[in-house]
Parts: sequence; C-alpha cells; structure tokens
Amino acid sequence: MLNVYNILETIRMIQDECLDIRTITMGISLLDCIDTDIDIACEKVYNKIVTKAGNLVPVGQQIEKEYGIPIVNKRISVTPIAMLAAACPDGDTVKFAKALQRAADTCGVNFIGGYSALVHKGFSAGDMALIKSIPEALDVTQNICSSVNIGSTKSGINMDAVKLMGQIVKEAAEKTADRDCIGPAKLVVFCNAVEDNPFMAGAFHGVGEPDCEIHVGVSGPGVVRAALTKYPDASINEIADIIKKTAFKITRMGQLVGARASELLGVPFGIVDLSLAPTPAVGDSVAHILEEMGLEMCGTHGTTACLAMLNDAVKKGGVMASSTVGGLSGAFIPVSEDAGMIDAAVAGVLSLEKLEAMTAVCSVGLDMIVVPGEITPETISAIIADEAAIGMVNSKTTAVRLIPAIGKKEGDTLEFGGLLGSGPVMPIREKSPAKFINRGGRIPAPMQSLKN
Amino acid sequence: MRAVVTVIGKDTVGILHKVSGICAEYNVNVIEVTQSVLQDMFAMIMLVDISDIKGDFSELVDRMTALGTELGLSIHTMHEDIFNSMHSV
Repeated sequence: MLNVYNILETIRMIQDECLDIRTITMGISLLDCIDTDIDIACEKVYNKIVTKAGNLVPVGQQIEKEYGIPIVNKRISVTPIAMLAAACPDGDTVKFAKALQRAADTCGVNFIGGYSALVHKGFSAGDMALIKSIPEALDVTQNICSSVNIGSTKSGINMDAVKLMGQIVKEAAEKTADRDCIGPAKLVVFCNAVEDNPFMAGAFHGVGEPDCEIHVGVSGPGVVRAALTKYPDASINEIADIIKKTAFKITRMGQLVGARASELLGVPFGIVDLSLAPTPAVGDSVAHILEEMGLEMCGTHGTTACLAMLNDAVKKGGVMASSTVGGLSGAFIPVSEDAGMIDAAVAGVLSLEKLEAMTAVCSVGLDMIVVPGEITPETISAIIADEAAIGMVNSKTTAVRLIPAIGKKEGDTLEFGGLLGSGPVMPIREKSPAKFINRGGRIPAPMQSLKN
Repeated sequence: MRAVVTVIGKDTVGILHKVSGICAEYNVNVIEVTQSVLQDMFAMIMLVDISDIKGDFSELVDRMTALGTELGLSIHTMHEDIFNSMHSV
C-alpha cells in the first residue's frame, strides 16, 4: 500500500541524496564475430553491437522518465577482445578498439568495456598482442575500457603478466600525458575478475554468460549517509541494521529497473550489482559514510573496521532485495571519484597503505589512485602484485587502477573531470622491488584450508 | 496501472485545477488526492490511473514537469511500481 511518508522518502532520496541507477550495462558475446581477417572481424563486431544495443540508450531514457529515477550511464560490456584477436595474429589489434569506439558512438553509450585479456595462468594466442596494444588503444579511443586479469585464487598470480602490466600502465600514462594521463584511468588490472561486472573500467562479458543480457549497477552512498545522520547515538549493530534497510531499498530499485530494461529490450536480465559507488558530487561519498559512523576523517585508525561493516551490511540488505545478485557487489573506494577520499588524501590522512588494508574488506581495490610520474614500471608491478595477493588469498576480487601523473609529483593534482573526478598525487615508497618483479614466473595458488 | 504525481512548492491559485486538467487531457483518472498547505507551502500527492492513458506516459511526465517549471513548483510524476518495490518486501 502506498503511503505519503514512503512516497516522500523516495522522492527525497532521488532529489536530495543523489540516489540513482549508476549504470545499465548490456553484456554482449562477440564469440560469433571471430574471423581470421581482422577487418571482417571488426565489421562483425560493429554490426553485432549496434544490432543488439541500438535501443539501449532510448530504452534507458524511457525508464528514467517512467520511474523518475536518473540512470547515469548506459554501457556495454563485450567478450574479452583477446579471444577475437587470437584468430588474426597478423592484424593490428588496435583496429578492434577503433571498431568498438565506432559502435559506442553509434549507440550513444558512455563506455564499452572488454578490451581485455585473461592471463591469470599464462598467455595464449592473442593475449600478448592485445596487452601490448592497450596503451595505443586507450590513446586513440575515448570510450573504450580495458582490463587484464593477472591472478586468481585457483591459479595463483602470473608474475610475468604483473611485470608486463607495470610497463603497460606507465606507457598508457605517457601516451596520454597531454590529457591529464587519462589512459590508465580506463585500465584495470584484476585478480579474480568477475564475468558479469556492470561497472567500468573493469567490465567484460565472460565466456560463461549468455549471448546477450542486461546488468544493473546501483548507487547511493548519499542515501546511506543521510539515513545514518538521523541516528547520531546508535550503536554499531543498530547502524548495521539501518544500512541493511537502506541497501534493501536501493537494490529494489535496481531490480525494478533491470527487470523493466530486460522486458523492453527483449534480453535476459543478468544481475544487480549491490554497490555503493561514489561520485565526486557533493553528498555522494563513501568516505563520508565512514566519517558519519564516527571517524574524524576517512583513512584514520578504525577506517578498515567501519568499511568492513559497511560492505557486509550493504550485501546483507541487497541480497534480500534482488533475485540475481552478482558483479563486484560491495562498497567502492575510488579515490579520485569520491569527494571525501580526495579530501582525506590531500590532508595526508588517507595513505596508499591504508587503502590497501581497506581493499581487503571491501569491494574492489586500489582504484583511481594518482601516483608520482617518476614511478618505475617495477614499482607499479609490485603494487599490482601486493593487491593481487590480497585478492588471491582472501578469495575475493581485487583490482588496481593507478594513474602515474607524468611530469607531476606529490602535492600536484590531476583533473579528469566528470565521474572520474580529480586526484591528488599520493606518495609511494622509494625503495626498489625491481629484483622481485624481474624474476618472473608464477606465485602458486594458495592453500584453501588451514585458514589463519 | 497507476502513477503518483507529487507537487511541492509555494501555494498559488489553481494548482490542483491545472494538474488535474493535464490528467483529463490524457484521459488519466484521478483516484485519490491528499494535500496540505502549511503556512504558504503547498504539498499534494495525487494517485492517478494510467491504464487508459491517451498518448505516451513520458509525454505526460514532460507536461507535468513543464507545468512545474512554469509555476515554480516541483512536480514529479512517477510510475507507482518504484514506490511499491522500494517499500514492500
């Protein structure tokens, strides 16, 4: 039954507390586009995407009108392109990125993710060519996102790939130095990557997924924070309950929008990603939720505990609200995309080490962190290895999205604009991990029992 | 199928008339209205039946939003499903 209080609560969440659907993402399999001639393959890729996703943006806009809820992004994820590149070893892999960009322009989507390779155990045909082409692909396109999975709990960490990705991240930054190093902001290095992630930059359409499906990613840090402000003296378990209830409401909306989009597009509904995804907008910050819980500033002692509770409560509330939960599901902590994180980093309270600890208990990883331009590829690789180890041992997804700020040093800032925000250059350790990284090989998969 | 129209803002003459006028134009039946005026702030929630709507629901949404802008009010027109799904298990 509708009542006035509920109606006004929903409208307040949308109007004043930045509640929105962060993304509807259409996953499209490109396995039927494989061809030995790269130009034919690219044409097939373009045609398949525009055929399947031609209506995605208008349908998204229709749903926005119907329910009065903003859908911030309409996106597409595709089969890891390395699998298509494997069939045409002599072709220029960047052509695929250009074909994807053309498809993104035609469909009017914000991003296409899937310029990706899965190399957690080793490189197969196409993987190496794709990875080496990533810096150029990110340079010549605007809306294409790339990801590489370099480790998993079942297979360990591919240290050759880790070494390579350090170089690729640095090179991607150098190539786009004139555009605030935007290249690596569209590149994620994963451990335990998920196949049905609707969020960029790490989205790709896994091979176990159906031909085409719709995923939804919800948001709403502002709503959670606003709910907590009403209970300044609540105990932590009461706070956990409030977060659960709020997450339930947010996720129900995602479920509704996903089901409607799936119906209108005639495509199966994939998953709802139960996430708290911040934006640089005022009142849309995960850091501010942690501060509302009682931390003077995000990054101080106690941050990991608060985040662990938040992340768990969001999942508990969200799982009840949706029939199909998946993706990354949890709280995101991208530094440059979160007003509270930016402030904490500028103040020197939030350090790389604290962020690393936080990633052990939350959704993703070291995300949108700006590091000094003179960082060596080996140091980037070592940061990736550290983060991947956390994911591997804890059976969770972790990721690294570092942006080396070419020509800048600690105290400077990179401005990406839009949802990507702006990030202060954060200090890193100066001692070299080069010998460790240059050893190559593979970190064996961890024990799954005797857990301590 | 039902939708909820909410109107919040400074009270002026003829708000209810204009909102329900648009409803009538689109063959949308008004089922229930609750309204209150506190000092000079006007708040109204209107439940309407859109099963036999003439034209597109999104057109109705646009018209209502435009009316809101014209009168300096905040008018939201939303399908009832969003409230039902968010507030009931």
